[in-house]
Amino acid sequence: MDLHTLSVRQASNLLQAGEITSVALTSAILERIRAVEPTVRAHITVSEELALQQAEAADARRRAGERVTPLTGIPYAVKDCLSTKGVRTTCASKILENYVPRYNATVIERLTDAGAVLVGKHNMDEFGMGSSCENSAFFATHNPWDVTRVPGGSSGGSAAAVAAEMTLFALGEDTGGSIRMPAGFCGVTGLKPTYGRVSRYGLIALVSSFDTIGPLTRDVADAALVMQTIAGHDPRDSTSLRAPVPDYSQTFTRDLKGVTVGVPVEYFAEGIAPAVETPIREALAVLRDLGAEVREVSLPHTPYAIPVYYLILFAEASSNLARFDGVRFGLSCDGADVLERYLQTRAAGFGDEVKRRIMLGTFALSAGYYDAYYLRAQKVRALLRQDFDRAFAEVDALVAPVCPTPAFKLGEKVADPLTMYLSDVHVVAINPAGVPSLALPCGFTNDAPPLPVGMQIIGRPLDEATLFRIGHAYQQATSWHLARPTLAS
Amino acid sequence: MNRLNDYEPVIGMEIHAELHTRSKMFCSCAVTDTTVAEPNTTICPVCTGLPGAMPVINREAVEQAIMVGLALNCRINAFTTFARKNYFYPDLPKGYQISQYDFPIAAEGWVDVVDENGAAHHIRVRRAHLEEDTAKLFHVYEPAAADYTLIDFNRCGVPLLEIVSEPDMHSVAAVHAYATKIREILRYLGVNSGDMEKGVLRFEANVSVRPRGSDTLGTRTEIKNLNSFRALTLATAYEIERQIAIIEAGGEVVQETLGWDALRNVTFSQRSKEQAHDYRYFPEPDLPPLCIDRQWVDEVAAALPELPDAKHARFVADYGLTPQDARILVGERAVADYFERAVRAYNGTPSAVSKWLIGELFYLMNRERVAIEAVRVRPEALARLIGLVDAGTLNQNSAKAVLGEMFATGGLPEAIVEAKGLAQISDNDQLSAIVARVVADNAEQVAAYLAGKDSVFQWLMGQVMRATRGRAAPDVARQLLTAALNVRR
Repeated sequence: MDLHTLSVRQASNLLQAGEITSVALTSAILERIRAVEPTVRAHITVSEELALQQAEAADARRRAGERVTPLTGIPYAVKDCLSTKGVRTTCASKILENYVPRYNATVIERLTDAGAVLVGKHNMDEFGMGSSCENSAFFATHNPWDVTRVPGGSSGGSAAAVAAEMTLFALGEDTGGSIRMPAGFCGVTGLKPTYGRVSRYGLIALVSSFDTIGPLTRDVADAALVMQTIAGHDPRDSTSLRAPVPDYSQTFTRDLKGVTVGVPVEYFAEGIAPAVETPIREALAVLRDLGAEVREVSLPHTPYAIPVYYLILFAEASSNLARFDGVRFGLSCDGADVLERYLQTRAAGFGDEVKRRIMLGTFALSAGYYDAYYLRAQKVRALLRQDFDRAFAEVDALVAPVCPTPAFKLGEKVADPLTMYLSDVHVVAINPAGVPSLALPCGFTNDAPPLPVGMQIIGRPLDEATLFRIGHAYQQATSWHLARPTLAS
Repeated sequence: MNRLNDYEPVIGMEIHAELHTRSKMFCSCAVTDTTVAEPNTTICPVCTGLPGAMPVINREAVEQAIMVGLALNCRINAFTTFARKNYFYPDLPKGYQISQYDFPIAAEGWVDVVDENGAAHHIRVRRAHLEEDTAKLFHVYEPAAADYTLIDFNRCGVPLLEIVSEPDMHSVAAVHAYATKIREILRYLGVNSGDMEKGVLRFEANVSVRPRGSDTLGTRTEIKNLNSFRALTLATAYEIERQIAIIEAGGEVVQETLGWDALRNVTFSQRSKEQAHDYRYFPEPDLPPLCIDRQWVDEVAAALPELPDAKHARFVADYGLTPQDARILVGERAVADYFERAVRAYNGTPSAVSKWLIGELFYLMNRERVAIEAVRVRPEALARLIGLVDAGTLNQNSAKAVLGEMFATGGLPEAIVEAKGLAQISDNDQLSAIVARVVADNAEQVAAYLAGKDSVFQWLMGQVMRATRGRAAPDVARQLLTAALNVRR
């Protein structure tokens, strides 16, 4: 049995039945990483020693008859923007190349308490700034379906690792599509939860008011299982919501009778590739067959989503990245005085895209420009949110493409940041609105090799349950999520 | 002609007060005496700005801010927000200070003060807002090696309340009275020790001058880091004169930020208007708006202690004190409390207690540098001492000696009188014998007195006192001496 191919639920059942141990499962994952990592390059750090310790502890816990959870003994890895105690956390930036945190992010703490086994930290665009994983200061990650293509970004390492079966599940972070876009490009399931549903404590912030942490998994049921553990209020994150977390597995149904799904016309406008639109239209037909009512809706302010998203991003990011000054941790360059030390450290430590965004954000917040940029963007953001409120008065969920095109070639858009910004068009509008969105595979292109196509199901605030219900029913009726790339190992 | 009188100074103040909460503004680290604690012992990921750490508002700090706001007659805003003030400095680990900008906790208050010359001033308080203190820097100059700077983060994140006045002060005396009054109120509320040497209270003054009678404002300068009342008054006075001299010489005052050189007693330029920071304020996205409900404000208001002005009025009305004595007694809550406890234990008029407290106990406290809290004379014991004087058991001089002993040992007055044999001699027979001996032993002086040299009477009284080691009841002794001398005429 190839243990690395198991879903979380399959592995959990085998562990519970005593048929496998966490040490065996973890070793299989580490072996798989050794085999395919040179091709995919998804990991910045593999925490082998810690993983085997945690696996042994999980096995001991089970042997001793102590409390176990469905995640006890399950290997996982996370995007390298989550603070992991004792395990280097870089945000794929030179400025944090040797930073080893002294504390765990709340999500890591919850997974550790549940007995999950941390095997490593995934590559990403530096500080989450990018849509291709090419902005990593260390190396680019390759799409397991076609290694000449990007895995998407910024959680590219996490999506590629799940697709290449180097982990059973991953945690990514989504600021403007950073979970969904790579999930779509790599053919895996990824959830961007409602803003505030999962604690951000310990997440190295890109845009504090957009950032969300969510799972990347083989299928929807696994995503629900992971969410069950990481969701919920955290007193250390004042923006985390106090609403109780429902038992997501209880909401699964075979059919979708009584569910109304909206199709936002603006998301199917010009620019969408036929290779993407066709599978989505077919997926809508599947949903209809399952009993859902499908109807068109309008999100009229969608054209403003990109400027709103980027203005707020630049502004908040410029402030969030101010702490990387070489004084207390990370890269520290010499200089004749304090100012020169700052300049040298930040010049050497940050990549071009990061510097570009810090400068744009600093400008947007400057005296005399604040009202015209940041404040205006926040006002338009309210309109974007209103679009969703109106739509959700009519429908239970929205279905849209994740990206207008399938995965593009490595290097294709590197020289043109604006085109790169626009590749996010279908995912970014979700974050300013704060609503949850589930990305899942819904077909393949006719390329050789074929590339996955993703759709996203967008829901009401805090209604991840409905997204899981629709996604799970869809995956019960289809098999796209079961397809795996062939990788030479 | 005194040119100073041709100009009117216009002065506003910013006062930064650390709040003595149990924990810091945004984390659970203890607030310690940073002049004593081992450096960097009360720190955590939040107050050292580690990547991913998030702030949580300290309820106690908000409550103390409400207390101060109410004491300064401010409106407490139901809706308040925190904002980021962005600038780089090694004492600011996040690269921004969490402060308040658009919506402070308290706004539009006032205080009435009387200055040392007896002039009354009504000074408006523009706002009082919460923020976090910075770390402390220690610059180390080594003759043989490169200079370096050490950072102590114990102070970083301690709650600070910034109290901003309107430019309603027009003299150094008013500035001094206002600062004194604010300090007095903070100490009354128990939110700040007022310990200037420990840096828990820091002043800034905005100074401009204009021709007397003008109602336009002159160009102002801002003097930072005034850490004592002496620095505040000297710097303000210096700056007023400096600005007048510039204008008199036909020059123009330059808008700038100044420092105070306490060794040479001059202000010096720190930053010009052009070099002024653009702090790029924007709402802190890690903290949702804070809503302060009316009920909380009412509860805080109901629990406020009696404030200095109210206490002053009551002391004058109820105890018949002079306004001057009442002012001295209410200056410190602990002194006022001491006074009232002594009055309760005393049968005579309260002004007698006030006289002993201000005249004698304060003398000892000043001489020995002991604060009222550490005085070993209990208020009840002071009351009994005054009672012994009233009863004729002690004369004034003996009572002062007894008080000195009480102050040194904490002993009770009766026991000291007993042990030292200090009880007053007012017994006629006993005193008559002593007077007779003095008259007999000093024939020469008695003769001089009888020859019309009246002043010798005091010398003879001194001999009686000497013979009784000061214990003779003066009135009785005077009477008996007069009688004994008259017999010789």
